[in-house]
Parts: sequence; structure tokens; C-alpha cells
Amino acid sequence: MAILEVKNLSKTFGDLKVLKDISFDVNQGEVVAIIGPSGSGKSTLLRCITMLERADGGEINVCGMNMMKTEKDKAVFAPKKILRQIRLKIGLVFQNFNLFPHMSVMQNVIEAPTHVLKQTKKEARANAEKLLLKMGLQEKAKSYPCELSGGQQQRVSIARALALSPEILFFDEPTSALDPELTGEILKVIKELAKEKMTMVIVTHEMAFAREVANHVIFMDGGYIVEEGHPEELFGNSKNERTKQFLQRYNS
Amino acid sequence: MSIDDIKNVAEILLEYLPNTLKLFAWTLVLSVPVGVIVTFLKRCKFKPISWLTNLYILIMRGTPLMLQIIAVYYAVPMLLAGAKRSGTENWFYTLLGKINTRDESYMFIALVVAFVLNYAAYFAEIFRGGIESIPVGQYEAASMLGMKKRQVFFRIILPQVVKRVIPATSNEVIVLVKDTSLANVIAFAEITLKSKQMMNTYSSIIPLFIAGLFYFVMNAVVTVAFAFIEKKFNYYK
Ligand SMILES: Nc1ncnc2c1ncn2[C@@H]1O[C@H](COP(=O)(O)OP(=O)(O)OP(=O)(O)O)[C@@H](O)[C@H]1O
Ligand SMILES: [Mg+2]
Repeated sequence: MAILEVKNLSKTFGDLKVLKDISFDVNQGEVVAIIGPSGSGKSTLLRCITMLERADGGEINVCGMNMMKTEKDKAVFAPKKILRQIRLKIGLVFQNFNLFPHMSVMQNVIEAPTHVLKQTKKEARANAEKLLLKMGLQEKAKSYPCELSGGQQQRVSIARALALSPEILFFDEPTSALDPELTGEILKVIKELAKEKMTMVIVTHEMAFAREVANHVIFMDGGYIVEEGHPEELFGNSKNERTKQFLQRYNS
Repeated sequence: MSIDDIKNVAEILLEYLPNTLKLFAWTLVLSVPVGVIVTFLKRCKFKPISWLTNLYILIMRGTPLMLQIIAVYYAVPMLLAGAKRSGTENWFYTLLGKINTRDESYMFIALVVAFVLNYAAYFAEIFRGGIESIPVGQYEAASMLGMKKRQVFFRIILPQVVKRVIPATSNEVIVLVKDTSLANVIAFAEITLKSKQMMNTYSSIIPLFIAGLFYFVMNAVVTVAFAFIEKKFNYYK
């Protein structure tokens, strides 16, 4: 079943067309990696799908619910109630974590379950403890974000997103704000999640990681999807000039 | 001046200290919530309201508080006298006429109005700066978690704003302690006025030094109080 369907999505900032005719599906349990040069529109794509930015053309469906479509050249969004339901199906992990600095690790993780899903504190805590254990942070529940390393903060933010049990989790360059020696711990966590058949869409510059963890890779350039396919195909044996050029820079 | 004179001056000033403290306390207690309201008016999406609020802030910060005190204090009697001279009668003047400017509390109320209007403008700018300094990522993270606008503001933004505005607020409160002395311009019986009178009685400037010492001690207390509050918020960066 397709968890996410994106059809002919477009987005313009002023005069700048950032996304042009983007279409792809993500199925249950699939891991999709999005790669491409800086400025190609990867973040904008994630931000449109996660409703942090309003797409201005095309169609987006999440778990069979329509988020937005285009009628007579105008973007039409679903009613607020539906958008709220969709909102809870999708999680996003930011490049720079965006943890709530005034809350402890535990409070960060249980904030939404208690105040949005209206779970009891006890319930939310029990679940958060499990998630923190999985992230290797069981000892850090009482710490504040400023007391953690970047890698630890990013793991908290993953736990925070998982606490709402999303159907699909988006990552926007989850390791780019980290020192090289800390990227490994995040990539390991994502691999674990992939093993558990978590549906994920990951924007990344870590080519080796994308090749290893993704079932499907999308290469974007200039607001278009230039090429997509199986990682072995795309990384090992691309026929596309632009893809080859882009990958060459990473292999050298 | 003899030691006894100094003791005498200090005792008299101590007698009028409550007036200074009363003005300080009322201003502080009222101008903070009014400042919060002004902050929201300025951020209002309906532009005319935002512009008017801006104009108000500009005037309050752009003109001397002393002038504002005089203006507020004399506004009612002056307007009434003008209406009487020209024989104008309408609901507005009838309403103004109901204010008893000879009442003992009138002066104090006029002072509090002037001080609150002025300080609310300063606090509003501090609070606005605090709100705007919160990174947009905080709003985005909260909205990704499905939080409603109210929840985002009260649970995520406000607690961080409070921490960030403490140092600037502390500065403003210290200035307020000293600004209460401006009330002497309309002969409000606070410690600056009294020390000036005693300066004349004793032909000595020592009463002014004693008044200065009073302000100094008050601000020492304010400083310690804010240091304590700041420490309370030090559990995160
Ligand atoms: N809010 C905005 N207003 C105007 N232009 C924007 C905005 N956000 C992004 N852009 C522009 O859209 C283009 C795509 O940006 P985007 O951040 O999506 O690229 P990206 O592929 O994520 O790049 P990177 O790898 O550097 O993160 C860029 O040219 C950028 O300048
Ligand atoms: Mg980006």
C-alpha cells in the first residue's frame, strides 16, 4: 500500500520555480533516499509534504487521505480536520534537531503524546522509556538538550518523532549538523528503524549510507527528479550524465 | 549638619519612602501586563491596530517621561477649563467633569497612569524582542508534533521568552526605581521632593545624598532579586 503519493507537485518562491512536476510513491516499509546537489529543492520537497510550506500545484495523498490537490490551476487543501489527521501520520527529523531547550529529554518526548494525543503521563512515560532505551539514551531522560552531544540530541529528536507512532518518518539531512564521528550513531539508529520496517524518506549527502539502507533512490537536480531507481542501479550503473557527474564528486 | 540632623532627615525620608515604593509597585504590577497587551496589539495582523500601537510606542519612548507626567496630570483640569471658557458641552466633558481633580488620590492615579503608559511601551518592546528571538525551528518542531497554536505559544514559546527577557526587564526595573523621583515635578510627596525641601531647610546637600542612598539600597534589592530569578532559569541554556 502506498503510504505517500506525490503527483506533479510544484512550488514557486516568488519568481523561482523550486519544484517542478515531482511525482513519486512511497510504499509501506520502504526506505527512500533523496539525493542531489545543494539548492535542488530537496528540503522544499520535504517541507511541502510535511505542510511546513504550502505546495502550489499537484497532489499529495498520505495513507489514503488527500492532503492537497489542484483544481482549475489552484491548490486546494483538505479541511483542517483531515489535515490534522494527516499531521499525526507524518513525523519529521530536522537537520538541527529543534529540541525544546526548556524541557528535559523525557519532557521533550512526552510533550506531544500527553498534550496532543491526550495520553496519560504514565502511559506516555512508559512508551518514552522504551524509545529512549532503543536510542541508547535511557540514562539521559532527566538531562536537558544543552547537556547532550549533537548525536544524542538528534537521537532524542528521533525518539520525540517516534513517540507519536507516525506512519512515515522524514529526515532532512539528519547528520549534516554533526561532527563526522557522530554521524555513525545516527545512521545506525536509522538502519535499526529500517529493519523494523519503518517507512522513511531520507534526504542525505551520505551516499554510502543511502546505497546501503535505501530500497529506492531519487536523484533531484534543478527542481526535477532527474533519475530514480534501485540504489545498485543508480549508484553502480547510471546511464544519466547528470547523475554520473554528481556521484563522481562523491566518489573522488 | 550634625549627626542628629542627619538622623532627622533620614527619619523624614523614611516616612515618605512608602510613597516612592507605592508608585514603584503599582507601576511595575500594571505595566508588565499592559506591556504584554501592547506586544500583542503591535503583532496584530490587522495593520491599523499595529500602526497605532507603533505610534503610541514611538511617542512614549520618544518624549521625556517628565513631560508625560505633567501632561497627564494637567490634561483633565486644562480640558475642563477650556470647555468652560468656550461653553462647549458634550458627553466627553461631562465624563471628564466627574473626575475630582482635587481628590487626594487624583495625583497618585495620574502619576500611575503616566508611568504605566510609559513603562508598558518599553516592556512591550522588550517582550517583542524576546518573542522574535525564538528560532522559527521551535514553531516548526511544535507544529510537526501536532500542537495547536495556543499550545505552541504557551508551552513552547512563552517559557523561553520569559528567560530571555529577564536581563532587559531587570535593567528597566532599575531605571524605574530611579524614575519615581520624576514625580516630584508635580509635587508628589516622595523622597526626592522631601530631600530637596530639607536641602533648603538645612542649607546643605547632605539630604540629597541620603535620598541617593535610599535609591541605591532599593536597587541593590532589585538587583539581588533579579539575580535570584535569573538563577532559577539557569537550568537550561
Ligand atoms: N523560504 C524560501 N524563500 C525563497 N526561496 C527559498 C526558500 N526556501 C528555499 N528557497 C530556494 O529554493 C531553492 C531550493 O532550496 P532547498 O532548501 O529546497 O534546497 P536543498 O536541495 O535542500 O539544498 P541543500 O542541499 O543545500 O539543503 C534554493 O534556491 C533556495 O534558495
Ligand atoms: Mg536542504
